[in-house]
Amino acid sequence: MKSWLRNISNWIIGAPSFVWLVVFYAIPIVLVFLLAFKPVDAYGGLGEGWTLKTILDLRNPSYPAIIWRTFWQGIVSTTVCVAVAIPISYQLARMNSRWKNVILLLIIVPFWTNFLVRIYAWRVFLHADGIFKKLLVAIGLIEDSTTLLYNQWAVLVVMIYTYIPFAILPIYASAEKFDFSLIDAAKDLGASSFYAFRRVFLPVISKGIWTAVMVVLIPAFGAYLIPDLVGGPSSELVGDKIAQRVFIDRNLPHASALSALLMLAVFLPMLLGKWLNHLRRRRQAREGRI
Amino acid sequence: MKTCKRNSRFPMFVTLLTLIFLYVPLILVAVASFNSSKYGGAWNSFSLKWYDRLFSERAIWEALANTLFIALISTAISTTLGTLSALALYRSKNRLKGIYYALIHTPLIVPDILQGISLLLLFVTLINLGGSLFRRLFGIELELGMTTIIIAHITFCMSYVAMVVLDRLHEFDHTLLEAAQDLGASGLYTFFRVTLPQILPGIVAGALFAFMLSIDDFVITFFVKGAGDTTLPIYIQSAMRRGTPAVINALSVVFLLVTFVIVFIAQKLITKKSESKK
Amino acid sequence: MGEFLRFENITKRYGQNTVLDNVTLEIQAGEVFSLLGPSGCGKTTLLRICGGFEPPDEGRVILDGVDITNVPANRRAVRTVFQNYALFPHLSVWENIAFGLKATGQDAKTILEKVPKYLELVQLTGYEHRKPGQLSGGQRQRVAIARALINRPKVLLLDEPLAALDLKLRQRMLIELDTIHDDVGITFLFVTHDQQEAMSISDHIAVLRNGRVEQVGTPTELYEAPRTSFVAAFIGDTNFFEGTVETIEGDYCTLNIDGFPEIQLFNDKKVHCGEKIHVSIRPEKFFISAVRPELTDAKTNLLHGKVEEVIYVGPHTRYWVRVQDWRVSVVQQHHGYGLDERRIKWDDEVWLWFGADNAYMLEHYAEVDEQLLALPDLEPEELEAVVEGGTQEVGAAE
Repeated sequence: MKSWLRNISNWIIGAPSFVWLVVFYAIPIVLVFLLAFKPVDAYGGLGEGWTLKTILDLRNPSYPAIIWRTFWQGIVSTTVCVAVAIPISYQLARMNSRWKNVILLLIIVPFWTNFLVRIYAWRVFLHADGIFKKLLVAIGLIEDSTTLLYNQWAVLVVMIYTYIPFAILPIYASAEKFDFSLIDAAKDLGASSFYAFRRVFLPVISKGIWTAVMVVLIPAFGAYLIPDLVGGPSSELVGDKIAQRVFIDRNLPHASALSALLMLAVFLPMLLGKWLNHLRRRRQAREGRI
Repeated sequence: MKTCKRNSRFPMFVTLLTLIFLYVPLILVAVASFNSSKYGGAWNSFSLKWYDRLFSERAIWEALANTLFIALISTAISTTLGTLSALALYRSKNRLKGIYYALIHTPLIVPDILQGISLLLLFVTLINLGGSLFRRLFGIELELGMTTIIIAHITFCMSYVAMVVLDRLHEFDHTLLEAAQDLGASGLYTFFRVTLPQILPGIVAGALFAFMLSIDDFVITFFVKGAGDTTLPIYIQSAMRRGTPAVINALSVVFLLVTFVIVFIAQKLITKKSESKK
Repeated sequence: MGEFLRFENITKRYGQNTVLDNVTLEIQAGEVFSLLGPSGCGKTTLLRICGGFEPPDEGRVILDGVDITNVPANRRAVRTVFQNYALFPHLSVWENIAFGLKATGQDAKTILEKVPKYLELVQLTGYEHRKPGQLSGGQRQRVAIARALINRPKVLLLDEPLAALDLKLRQRMLIELDTIHDDVGITFLFVTHDQQEAMSISDHIAVLRNGRVEQVGTPTELYEAPRTSFVAAFIGDTNFFEGTVETIEGDYCTLNIDGFPEIQLFNDKKVHCGEKIHVSIRPEKFFISAVRPELTDAKTNLLHGKVEEVIYVGPHTRYWVRVQDWRVSVVQQHHGYGLDERRIKWDDEVWLWFGADNAYMLEHYAEVDEQLLALPDLEPEELEAVVEGGTQEVGAAE
């Protein structure tokens, strides 16, 4: 095909989705930043004119604690998920295919099970009249008055529960391609199992690990439903605050400003990583040429 | 074999522990769904009354109908758009490609709450700007409702479809296109006889993916829905806010079973595909 | 019969890199023509230009008197057997073979008639419902050939078609390809890096190197009369000697090679006295013996040397013989086997002789081409040094 003809047919094929994404994805993101400079009107909607007041309102004294909690809960849940996912992926990649398929199925099913059902299951599990609590009381680990639900530990556990499959799948995808004779080769050269695991297996699957970190950390920063349903007032995250500004004390500009903050927290590290990667590749290319 | 002697048991241990962690709450819900008592704490007696209640509850059936309606429409549209965009991305070589790729790729990473609020802000702005105009011109009231939910679902499903199809396209052996051309096939003939059959499993997988995502979504729907709209996730959430109604136990079990069946079939399809490749 | 397919001044560049540099080739109707060369020589690019997958930057492709340079691939009477066969994995053997007929809009009757014929040609009758994934490598290749032949192309392009097969299968497929070619009588353009493949199947071979044609000829011409040191070394194995022409007597001349007695050779290049030339002598053209032979033919050259290396490979034995500063590679065919025969061993003093007609003068010589020759890797002294160094290290470790 002639190249201009190819270009035009490409445009026709690509234009609908391109326009769709610009209108319903790119422009809304720009709006998030833009509307943060709008005043609020009497009904909690967008007022007339422009103002910096909304941004300044972000200096709410309760916010630093919430932002900090969002941050450390994200980091902790990501670390746990990835730390668990690595040995599981290693195990899965080494297994023969029948058992592997069974375990994979068992991991994928919770991944696809309705998000709310999973949270609901934990509400049942940790319920004050639930069997788990009775068991803990019976062996004397907790008092009868302790509540398992509605605190930040419950939020953390449920976050880990929800995100574990997200971490396993990309790491497993890398580990599946790993050539395990490399481990044997390392051992043959005198490495211990752990040394071989650390110096051969981990570097080779590092791409999958980074993907796992991304797909867990970013949604974790935006978590809203989990703290809303299993957390208490003292375990709110940034996501809850956004939702509250929208649904409870309706104030769209304020929600917009908070979202813009969260958006920056998500995109800046991503762009930074991309940029560093780009620099590294350019340097490598230059050194390669010399 | 000498080298296999000292495989550590630790990874297997972690795997089993994780599976227990993943399933204990779910199993508990399943058991509770057959318990005549309201809470899982004490076993009263075996009963199917919660299932009975589930099937007689009108609101659940309405929510299910809404959910399926939204899922079917947004799957159809997002699969079409996503497939086309994957083809365009695969074939294009110019500078716009990077922007296009970012537009399709980043929605996969953005937290759903941000997608929800940004779409809400878009719709609110549009209603502010064009609402009165539309009312006067067409007699249509612009408001949040099923349409805005469907638009939102199409937007986040499209990226998944595009990525799955694009993966499939990258796996696809380019010489097959040359071979078809070599044998005298025109561009369109090659597309329908060679390219499409080759990427069809990817399109089907993408559509399945989109369907599941649409059914599953709560957060984005919650932001862009109108006052009276309910989908199943919305129903579950509002029921949960009211306490821990035991009907939800039964509903969860139904959900789990459906998921099991769908994932099982999908996995069968995928492994069959990779075996025939060898 | 004249030329049938003609590449005229074809040049192709990728950025700074010139892959084909003004290549002109003529291919006769009905012959098997091979493009032979090491990887990166441009042979596959030339094939892709012929198939219509890439346009040349300069030059023309003429098929049967028509300029097809700008004809798209799907309108050329040229078909390709791809290196990985490129069978459509979702279509059965039958559908793969019928693809070209359907794609060009032939009616169902023709398809029903032709497909079984071609299945039979490649001996795959009974396999029509299998998918490519269920076939062996050899069978897949036969499907690819049938698929390409069914439209009766004027030229069949084969891109390293045997590379993916193991040795035994490769030899069998080579014979089968030859039979198919005899059956259909279509011009084959065959790309390979394997000189034995090219030699055994081709009517003519073009040896390519760095995007240029080094030499075109029949397999015998290329082997017996290589024009350049590259062709001599790439096709088969050889010895290169450098010398100065001393005297010329009729068709023969004498050559002075450092450390050799005077050598006589056939003067096919009409060289002059005092000229410096390079000659190539194939290893099997030498005779070797531990006893000095009684030479009756005056046009025979006799050398005396010492054996440095002996490699027995069944049908023949290969020797490396030191003659002054030269190391001569010699191959001796075994015509019989006597248990009591005294074999030539390491360090034996031997006599070598060869006919004056069996040394061939090269038009062009480049020292790098020596690297293509099958030499034992190391000089004996170097080998000794390595062995000694090795024992020392082991000793130190203890």
